[in-house]
Amino acid sequence: MEVTITVNGTPVTSEIEPRKLLVHFVREDAGLRGTHWGCDTSNCGTCVLWVDGSPVKSCTMLAAQADGHEVTTVEGLEQGGVLDPIQQGFIECHGLQCGFCTPGMMMTGRWLLDNNPNPSEAEIRDCISGQICRCTGYKNIVASIQWAAEHPATSEVTA
Amino acid sequence: MQTPAPVDYARATSVADAIDLLEKHGDEARLLAGGHSLLPMMKLRLARPEILIDLNDLDELRGIRIEGEEIVIGAMVTHAEILDSPVLAEHYAIFREAEKVIADPIVRNKGTIGGSMCQADPSEDLSAVGSALKGSVVIQGSGGKRTLALREFHEGPYETKVGDAEILIEVRFPIRPGAGSAYEKVERRVGDWPVASAGVFVVVSGGVVTDCGIGLTAIGAEHFCAPDAEAYLIGKAPTEENLAAAAQLAADACTPYADQRGPVDYKLHLARELTLRTLRKAAASSQGA
Repeated sequence: MEVTITVNGTPVTSEIEPRKLLVHFVREDAGLRGTHWGCDTSNCGTCVLWVDGSPVKSCTMLAAQADGHEVTTVEGLEQGGVLDPIQQGFIECHGLQCGFCTPGMMMTGRWLLDNNPNPSEAEIRDCISGQICRCTGYKNIVASIQWAAEHPATSEVTA
Repeated sequence: MQTPAPVDYARATSVADAIDLLEKHGDEARLLAGGHSLLPMMKLRLARPEILIDLNDLDELRGIRIEGEEIVIGAMVTHAEILDSPVLAEHYAIFREAEKVIADPIVRNKGTIGGSMCQADPSEDLSAVGSALKGSVVIQGSGGKRTLALREFHEGPYETKVGDAEILIEVRFPIRPGAGSAYEKVERRVGDWPVASAGVFVVVSGGVVTDCGIGLTAIGAEHFCAPDAEAYLIGKAPTEENLAAAAQLAADACTPYADQRGPVDYKLHLARELTLRTLRKAAASSQGA
């Protein structure tokens, strides 16, 4: 079947099998490897991206379901060479070690701040509770999201 | 790499269209709601439908509304929408308390009440909520609609009374002025299925319990409820002694299996303790505490 999915504002049309998962469409058909493919079982959350502005685990959604819809991936956070504060927060607070969980963490963190600009630590931890980091113990991920909450203005650091 | 077997895909344009597609394809078709149970089952080949009928475009299955003396939740309403609903929070705290511990915030954006009910997992939290509140479901087929009590909805684990060419379109809950309600779950880690959960509503009037419902999940309570415990409480004062006796009757209605989540005696202990805690809280809430 042919699908057209708008990924970070750009329509991507591709002939796919209906069984193709959205995470694979984004990585293979749209060519954007920032979204990571992890556990395949909706447990780890590294594949989190937004569909119509709402975060989903893209290993548990068919690309066919996103036909005609808007997808935003981690590559869509940076605008015109300027990093989103959530990205800057992960730099400032050393929010990653291996970096595998990072794209999903940033997409969930950005969504949280869009809906709740000043979350408590408990609210941050609850929001990322469906995502697994095996390096950091979450402390610096929480700190990174808090940094972004405290620095909502667009970062001046270029990508 | 986990990927479903080859499958066809169709988007339903209306409930009637979905029913037409179901009639055309028979039991080789499966309805796709949130997909967070069906797609994992397809990856593991536990389910192998030939065609998926996607319900996600059907706005007629969305929305939470009051209709007369009932709250009506459309089948495609998500866990996140139930968690955030002011209408549900106003009438029944049990929805928010249960939804906070179902899966995680990202999964709750996709999973639906209709999908959860029809998946009929024996550990489903919303099934305990539905049985506790003595809700009902509306099921539609080409011959029209029928309403069925949730306490008669399940045939067994993963089996419901929804026919091959039928769709669950809404879940309905009676409004009970003055009711208190609560939900408690014990889970091994955030977002897991319960070791055991209990949810209740209680109406206390004139110092005695005049109405109540007790729901239990993951511990083998038939139809996710404990009718003997409910009957025991009616007409009695909500004292600690009476609530504890009812909680013991609720545990007596359970037949849990020992598994990696715990042994039988532990699960029966949880059945009693979680029922008691929720009864206390709901009774206090009904009395304005």
